[in-house]
Amino acid sequence: MKANTKLFVLAGVLVALALAVFVSPLASDDPDGLEKVAEEGFDDAADDHALEDSPVAGYDSPVAGVVGVVATFGIGVGVFALIRSRRSTKT
Amino acid sequence: MHIPDGFFNAATSVGAGAVSAGTLAVGVKKAAVELQDRQAPLAGLVASFVFAAQMLNFPVAAGTSGHLLGGALAAILVGPWAGCICVAVVVLVQVLFADGGLSALGLNILLIAVVPAFAGYGVFRVARLVLPRTAGAVTVAAGVGAGLSVPVSAAVFSVLFAVGGTVDLSLRSVIGAMVGTHLLIGIGEGIITAATVRAVLAVRPDLVHGAADLQRPLELRRVDA
Repeated sequence: MKANTKLFVLAGVLVALALAVFVSPLASDDPDGLEKVAEEGFDDAADDHALEDSPVAGYDSPVAGVVGVVATFGIGVGVFALIRSRRSTKT
Repeated sequence: MHIPDGFFNAATSVGAGAVSAGTLAVGVKKAAVELQDRQAPLAGLVASFVFAAQMLNFPVAAGTSGHLLGGALAAILVGPWAGCICVAVVVLVQVLFADGGLSALGLNILLIAVVPAFAGYGVFRVARLVLPRTAGAVTVAAGVGAGLSVPVSAAVFSVLFAVGGTVDLSLRSVIGAMVGTHLLIGIGEGIITAATVRAVLAVRPDLVHGAADLQRPLELRRVDA
């Protein structure tokens, strides 16, 4: 990978972190499209989430955003590194 | 758009899970071809950016908000198969945040990753056929594809709900409200996607899968020495 691409990825992850930490507190708390439609007749069907007591449930803290961005980045890189290694062992 | 536990019967949840798992399995094979060398960090970036962007609910109408789904954006940046896998990673991690039910994981991957990635990328490709071959046109096509991917996904939700929802409502009553609301959310999806694609095109146009044809191919020139 070109050094330039590393820099691009680093800058991109910093943008994602900034969005998750500094912009997400400004996000609307109103129900989203599905929740709003469900209010008209089927939201009673929803069960409590099995992980509703998870420390990051509901994205309530900036820490939750950091955890999510880092976790998705790490898992994403890992998954695609695996996909790539599969290819290189085959060919 | 995240479906909680309890909205769908077991058969529909399992069926959607099977479709999602099958798509991702094919995706793993296709992504190996689609992704250029050493693009794993780029795919990780797409996943983390979509995660962050999904936290940003924007208001769309009285008392209603929406957020980016990101399937179309991911598909345009890294290709539809790799894009599907990126957003599936996001949806999987979100379960830990109590966002999207555990039993609805397959449904959520289908409606947030798979359908938006392919619907969005399909519309993007068609739009690119009719638009000029310029970076500006790629941005417009990205916005249109992403914008339409949201109501398409809402329509798929509605059909699935009519088939396997736990509350007996007519398709007509659900699909009207779902598609109507998500047409508005789609406008936000289109704007965010177009702005993001435009920003990447400005810095590193070679990293946009959906604009690969704009890159000047390497020329072979005879050197007469």
